[in-house]
Amino acid sequence: MDLGTTLFYVLALLTGVSAVGVVVTQNIVRAAAFLLFALAGVAGIFFHLGADFVGATQLLVYVGGTLVLVVFGVMLTAQGPFINLRISAVEWALAAGVALVLFGVLAIAVAPGWRTTAPQPPAVAAGDENPASSIVLGEALLGVEKATPWARRRTTQDGPLRADLPAEAQQLTQVTTTNTPAATARGRTRMVYVLPFEIVSVHLLVVLIGAAYLARAKRRRVAPEQLP
Amino acid sequence: MTEPGLEHYLILGALLFTCGVVCMATKRNAIGVLMGVELVLNGATVNFVAFARYNPVFDVEGQIFALFVIVLAAAEAAVALAIVLNFYNNHLTVDVDTAEDLKG
Repeated sequence: MDLGTTLFYVLALLTGVSAVGVVVTQNIVRAAAFLLFALAGVAGIFFHLGADFVGATQLLVYVGGTLVLVVFGVMLTAQGPFINLRISAVEWALAAGVALVLFGVLAIAVAPGWRTTAPQPPAVAAGDENPASSIVLGEALLGVEKATPWARRRTTQDGPLRADLPAEAQQLTQVTTTNTPAATARGRTRMVYVLPFEIVSVHLLVVLIGAAYLARAKRRRVAPEQLP
Repeated sequence: MTEPGLEHYLILGALLFTCGVVCMATKRNAIGVLMGVELVLNGATVNFVAFARYNPVFDVEGQIFALFVIVLAAAEAAVALAIVLNFYNNHLTVDVDTAEDLKG
């Protein structure tokens, strides 16, 4: 068992146990702590899958931002000592049954036993293994195709990448271009995600304004005659 | 302990999804419900990134959509917490069972 396999099982165990802990604990502060470990474990899974930029974003935005928001919410809505928010044992049993059935259905649907050949990750040739996934993601988001020397999506039968470039620049692109199946698959017509990117950014702006408006401190209106 | 394949990641995503759904259903604290939503979204993101790794046609798309899911989850958490705080200011509790002002 190599290091990658061990790492996957450790991360999956951490994530799964923490996710179950979020559900079963009754203390909301403990649930927030379990959620922290579950989100960090998912970030580790992303790193293990080779998606380093997504993993870093998960750590920064989720663990660093969203979870802090949730903890603030927990602290700002402190419960009184006699308010009981527990659910009954019957409801627990019902929830556990539903959970087992749902997980069973989902797990059977994706279980390896139903397939004759388990899919394996595509073979990556030396020199083609994702130099930095953030560059590829940035190109896809901005739509500036082949703006960098990492123009790995071109197949060799496409001819010269850009005829107007000087010879040494073309040589630079030639070196990093390989003809693996992965590179061929990436050589298709590329999707450009400028419009979703813009929509998401405007959406974030609107959401920030709306959240600040919703959660603002209410000013109590006092009638003038009640003032001393 | 076999080499992890695509199914292992999908089963992990299914586990996160199930935990999130049960968390949403059983918690009476509104913030607990919000944590369940986060778990469900994380399960979906694990699936996106796993498919991006195992299918070279989607190697950019899976990660891009995972990024969008993360950003939209942050926005959703901000709005949901604002609503919860507003509810707490008016009702002095975060029990979702007491949120029945709109009941006819």
